[in-house]
Amino acid sequence: MTKTIVCIKQAVDVTEMKVDSATRRLITVDAPRKISDFDKNALEEAVRLKERLGGEVIAVTATPEDAKMTVREALAMGADKAYILFDPSLENCDTRAISHVLCEAIKKMGKFDLILCGEASVDSYSAQVGSRLAERLDIPQITYVRKLDFDGNTVMAERSLEECYETVRADTPVLLTVTGEINEPRIPSLMAIMKASKKPIIEWNLEDLNIPKENVSAAGSAIQVIEVLAPKVERKSIAIKGETPDEVAEKLAKALIKEGVVGR
Amino acid sequence: MSEHNGVWVFSEKMGLMLELLGKGSELAEKLQTESAAVLLGDQVMHEANEIFGYGADKVYVVDDPLFKDPSADPYVSGLASLAKQYKPEILLIGSTKRGKELASRVASRLKTGCVPDCTHLSIDEDGQLLMGRVVYGGNAVATEICRVRPQIATVPPHVFEKPKYEEKKGVIIEADIALEEPKTKVVDVKEIEAAKVKIEEADVVVAGGRGVEKKEDFKILDELAEAVGGQVAYTRPLCEDKKWFTDWIGLSGHKINPSLYIGCGISGVIQHVAGIRDSKLIVAINKDPEAPIFEVADYVVEGDLYQIVPALSKALKRLLRTS
Repeated sequence: MTKTIVCIKQAVDVTEMKVDSATRRLITVDAPRKISDFDKNALEEAVRLKERLGGEVIAVTATPEDAKMTVREALAMGADKAYILFDPSLENCDTRAISHVLCEAIKKMGKFDLILCGEASVDSYSAQVGSRLAERLDIPQITYVRKLDFDGNTVMAERSLEECYETVRADTPVLLTVTGEINEPRIPSLMAIMKASKKPIIEWNLEDLNIPKENVSAAGSAIQVIEVLAPKVERKSIAIKGETPDEVAEKLAKALIKEGVVGR
Repeated sequence: MSEHNGVWVFSEKMGLMLELLGKGSELAEKLQTESAAVLLGDQVMHEANEIFGYGADKVYVVDDPLFKDPSADPYVSGLASLAKQYKPEILLIGSTKRGKELASRVASRLKTGCVPDCTHLSIDEDGQLLMGRVVYGGNAVATEICRVRPQIATVPPHVFEKPKYEEKKGVIIEADIALEEPKTKVVDVKEIEAAKVKIEEADVVVAGGRGVEKKEDFKILDELAEAVGGQVAYTRPLCEDKKWFTDWIGLSGHKINPSLYIGCGISGVIQHVAGIRDSKLIVAINKDPEAPIFEVADYVVEGDLYQIVPALSKALKRLLRTS
């Protein structure tokens, strides 16, 4: 029976973020949270495999925040069980720390066949946790997967690279990171949402995983964020207006020639 | 910490590696340490001498037939072992998809941190590497440091300039390293049809978004691009949802910095803007007066692209001919 673990991140919804224009500081506290986009693709792919081959899908997230709503959504999408690795000291920790926590939790869960992750998270976009996790578990990995075939023992995965699509074969256990191209994540039905409320959610803290806090907190992270500021926008914002499209086009064409950006 | 010395660069793409070498040499000079490149490949020894001309004091070479296979495992083990043995202070890796996987895995093996897709790199007064990158889908720029050595950063193509070639000699260190065999097997490679010019290298980019209703309608954008000697580009929905094209501009696609960017029928979601932010001049043509792209544009044209774009091509052709 195939056991697939899907790592999901409760990410900041970057489309709903606000910036304090005076200080250029971001207001992340009030921004809504959601399952990071590509993690949803990973979850969808795992659920589709289960629908085809049977087996079990387990969602896991490591977080310093309340993530019950987020994992409920994962359960509604078709995961059978969810683990929340919750500890306030995970606030502002880096990918080294998060992959450490996920690794210890997955070891504790026992044998598995596949681990699926999104290629990167929508908020920090590091694209590191999946690769680091496979390294820690010492299993093969295939990143940037856009198409996946699995027969229960062997995966055939097509990777989306800059200049080619590369088909790669690996035996289980294997970790895959998926791109947004791989599928269209489902929107759970009301029935699925109701069923999800009966599915088990298991919460583990660092003590349960035998991880000392100082190893994974911000202070124990290799990476320290010094400053996060909204980028400066210094644009001209000149509106080109006219009675007819030809008049507008004429004005714009002249402006571009004057700027020296065309006809060089 | 003091046992770590030198600024190293690596990319499987030689052009990108030389761009990193320019920046790496600058950082090395600031730190008064050596600048080095890492060459991993099969029968690559002859390439080492040329690298010195772009600023390297040393080139570490691992020449092994295992590198004929594009699988990551030999590269990861090669670079990690080299770094364990020779202990660089900074390691810059080219931020291709292969490079990003490599960097994450090498960082994991060296138990250190890695800051991806850096667009700013500098040394602070304590000799610490300051790494700047875009986060939160383009909403912010973060400055980060790495407290463990080596400090690893990945750098996308075209962020830094390739240095000029100057005749120079350096030291080749041929390392004998036991590489790991691939744990996965590459069974097929399909080349993606390459555009005439890479979009990152285009001086003018004419981009179309959802406002372009049919794939065939891109001919009006093609015409504008031709009039100004530019390249046509696309937004993610046209590639991922409509499957018209394969490559898009944006946070998860290509990031560009042309002299001129003309966005046609593009609303300008933050992820797209993250890919065009460094353009020198931004023109936005859109029917919707509320389109967010107008907030980041130098020239704002509220109007129907089906009317404005052909008229603009015509006007530019005429004016450029007479000027």
